[in-house]
Amino acid sequence: MHEKGIRIEGLRKRYGKGDTALDALKGVDMQVAPGEVVGLIGPSGSGKSTLLKCLGAVIEPTAGRMTLGEEVIYDDGWKIPDLRALRRDKIGFVFQAPYLIPFLDVIDNVALLPMLAGHPNAESRKRALELLEALDVAHRAKAMPSQLSGGEQQRVSIARALVNRPPVILADEPTAPLDSERALAVIRILNQMARQYETAIIVVTHDEKIIPTFKRIYHIRDGKTQEEAGEGRAFE
Amino acid sequence: MISLAGRDILHSWGKFVFTGVGLGLLIGVTLTMAGVYRGMVDDAKVLLDNSGADLWVVQQDTLGPYAEPSSLYDDVYRTIRGMPGVDRAANITYLTMQVRQGERDVRAMVVGVVPGGPGEPGQPGYLIAGRQITHSHYEAVADVATGFKLGERIQIRRNHYAVVGLTRRMVSSGGDPMVFIPLKDAQEAQFLKDNDAIAQQRRRTAANPAFNRPGTPGLLDAVLASQSINPYINAVLVQVKPGFIPEEVAKPIRRWKRLQVYTRVQMEEILIGKLIATAAKQIGMFLVILAIVSAAIVAFIIYTLTLGKIREIAVLKLIGTRNRTIAGMIMQQALGLGLIGFVVGKISATFWAPIFPKYVLLEPGDALLGFAGVFVICALASVLAIRAALKVDPAEAIGG
Repeated sequence: MHEKGIRIEGLRKRYGKGDTALDALKGVDMQVAPGEVVGLIGPSGSGKSTLLKCLGAVIEPTAGRMTLGEEVIYDDGWKIPDLRALRRDKIGFVFQAPYLIPFLDVIDNVALLPMLAGHPNAESRKRALELLEALDVAHRAKAMPSQLSGGEQQRVSIARALVNRPPVILADEPTAPLDSERALAVIRILNQMARQYETAIIVVTHDEKIIPTFKRIYHIRDGKTQEEAGEGRAFE
Repeated sequence: MISLAGRDILHSWGKFVFTGVGLGLLIGVTLTMAGVYRGMVDDAKVLLDNSGADLWVVQQDTLGPYAEPSSLYDDVYRTIRGMPGVDRAANITYLTMQVRQGERDVRAMVVGVVPGGPGEPGQPGYLIAGRQITHSHYEAVADVATGFKLGERIQIRRNHYAVVGLTRRMVSSGGDPMVFIPLKDAQEAQFLKDNDAIAQQRRRTAANPAFNRPGTPGLLDAVLASQSINPYINAVLVQVKPGFIPEEVAKPIRRWKRLQVYTRVQMEEILIGKLIATAAKQIGMFLVILAIVSAAIVAFIIYTLTLGKIREIAVLKLIGTRNRTIAGMIMQQALGLGLIGFVVGKISATFWAPIFPKYVLLEPGDALLGFAGVFVICALASVLAIRAALKVDPAEAIGG
């Protein structure tokens, strides 16, 4: 149980220096509670990807504060020495394309994360299988990624994001390549998993089909976020 | 933790196996080159072993009879036989030439030996068919590598010889198979002139007033007779009596007979250190170039394979894979490729080595050295790909 999900306060990111400096984020505030799925939408160049990379601890913000659960991970500087371990244990990623490892079968694609964290192979595979069952793709556990449909691949990538029970999942356009039905199915799964595993999920999207499903939406424009209530249609 | 490298190899085994086979053929060539060098050294040692000699008595100030021409009178062996510690001594001649049989000819070393039984210095140690030379003329014992068969007639210069025996692994230091013929015939073959040349030489001698003096009627005949025989041999092979040290036996021969004498160790040094030294350097250069080419190929293949996995590597890094795990994966793949290549190379070299016209000796020690070399080369070759992989930004996995 994660007490506070993720909280971002006054997050800034500046690229470059001097006259050529560009402020991609100009003081972003955001909070996502455990079990909640929020949308992050905005036009191209608004700073969505920069925000996602800062949240994913792959680029360093210039200033601000980020708290994950009870832990302050950034406060005008990283507070966690091992960002790789932070990404592995505390943050789940779902990408636009599933980006499954093509030479690992489905179960090992999911089990890889706990294995990387030092868990025994058998235990890691058990955890992976539980999630695959929850996501209704357990019957494809021994299949290779290339043998799966697009929807199945995306469900496997969701299982991979969840397997280490991270307090937050960052989903970057997870429904972009899918048709309406499958896109809504993915959002339904994300909501279900968020509730089941008490995970805060941020979904970056342009997808008009799924925007009405969010209860809360953060609009990002010119490096600043603005919170709006969403319709939360499909999941009431 | 599962083996990422192993899974990747299993997933794209076709690519790895075919690349490994290509690399293996290159490694096979490398091992064969080493085998060619070993074969040359072995041929040199076999030449010395098969001569059955402890000492080689040759012309003073020469490295004969294998590395330099050497010429001794054919009666020298008698005086050597009387030297302390000498058990047996025998004349021998060597001449590398084309030996004809019917329509074909074979490059061979023609060895002139005194007819006798096995154990005599210079005689072929054992036969695989037929018998030793027993007559003083027109019999030959040939190495099977010449392709001659028992009973066949071969032609050396103007004379024909019957093949009465076959032997094996009797080769020159250059790898040419040997043909043994009686010493007298070999002496004749070495210096035999054609009839026109003999007639011309006689005319010239007769026209020379120094040899055709009216007051000395027998002189011209004596000179002409001396011109028509060849009293020279290339070396005297000596076997020392049991209990005698070859070097101690050699000393008085050098001192009192004023001849050059080499022991087995010295002769081996001449053959390996001087006669085949240039060829060895040549092969060494080939080995170095082949090693560089192999390294370049492995580096290129692993680098290309790694570049093809940039997105997967970015994802692996994003989800928390350690750099050393990724580096290990790439290095293991390079080593895997090396392993496949080595196995294919070793098998290929073993299969094609006997087809080579000269002896190719594949030694287990060289194979082990090659195995270690392949692994070192593959490990070094993977460095480029590892550098590329470690430079991959995990942010590449996230769009934008």
